[in-house]
Amino acid sequence: MKLIAPIIIGFASIALGWYAFAQSAPLGVRDDDAARAAFTVAYRVFESPRCMNCHPAGNTPLQGDDSHPHFDYVLRGEDGNGISALRCSNCHQAGNGAGLNMPPGAPNVMSDGSFDPTTPRWHLPSAKTPMIFEGRSTAQLCRQLQDPTQNGGLSRDQLIHHVASDPLVLWGWSPGEGRTTPPISHEQFVALVKEWLDNGGACPK
Amino acid sequence: MKNISFILNGKSTTVAVDPDKPLLWVLREDLALTGTKYGCGMAICGCCTVHLEGDAIRSCVTPVSRVEGKRVTTIEGLSTDLSHPVQRAWMQIQVPQCGYCQSGQMMSAVCLLNLNPKPTDANIAEAMSGNLCRCGTYQRVRNAIHVAAAIAAKRGVTE
Repeated sequence: MKLIAPIIIGFASIALGWYAFAQSAPLGVRDDDAARAAFTVAYRVFESPRCMNCHPAGNTPLQGDDSHPHFDYVLRGEDGNGISALRCSNCHQAGNGAGLNMPPGAPNVMSDGSFDPTTPRWHLPSAKTPMIFEGRSTAQLCRQLQDPTQNGGLSRDQLIHHVASDPLVLWGWSPGEGRTTPPISHEQFVALVKEWLDNGGACPK
Repeated sequence: MKNISFILNGKSTTVAVDPDKPLLWVLREDLALTGTKYGCGMAICGCCTVHLEGDAIRSCVTPVSRVEGKRVTTIEGLSTDLSHPVQRAWMQIQVPQCGYCQSGQMMSAVCLLNLNPKPTDANIAEAMSGNLCRCGTYQRVRNAIHVAAAIAAKRGVTE
């Protein structure tokens, strides 16, 4: 009984999380084929270096179009902001450094939702919820993004808000000199994520 | 040009500069604090490390506008009499060879010790890997950090 109770509670938590995520979707006709098709294209963005480099499988961020490990011994840290003398915002600013190979940067968001041009926002997901993109198949990533226990507790609307408005996501399309952008435009990407979720969020098999 | 005010080594300071000017050059050119060094200019080597609200930032890529209203500490601000545990340890171990990177090394070491008063060798390797030394003084840096930790533990202070 001691072993069964935590298992039941665990399954119940996961089920409730999925239920909450699903309930936040607008009422509409479920179209699994359309959802899968939309996610399959959006997946190319998630797996592009601009997104995946900060969603690594390990605890070291990646960099460059070849997604090599970040130079020095840069680590995620508990809060995703690095450790000790190597915090992400020690080098990364509120905007891209001018010139080739300069540190990229993005602005922090103020309480009113506007961007603060003097305060950087640059970090990985936390150690508790690492949100790994690296090495995930389309099906694995599709399920992970909709699982509140793995997506940082984001609801459907919060997930859309993240891909539409987070300065770190927007940075992917203005990454500074020497870095490629994702394969489709940001507008197309957001539209595909919405299309995927509006059609029920089915995952590729 | 804009007036930018901040707390530098405990003193209120105002400079009239381009807000995009790197903090490093404001410190060296406008405020004549030359202890902070220019190394790579792209946040790779760590020579230019100073503290912003206790974080070990790279001043060569930090626009001075970022420090407005905040607290900045440079190597000159660790102490006025070389009594800071990290300064004492650096002298005791005779860490520097050419010395060029050492102010950055020391500022990162202070940051580490403020967060972790008794670091292990692994903690030191993690925290100090962003400070490069062409002379290869890494082992002496590591030893000095252990000595500084012991000095601080006796005194009960770091910064």
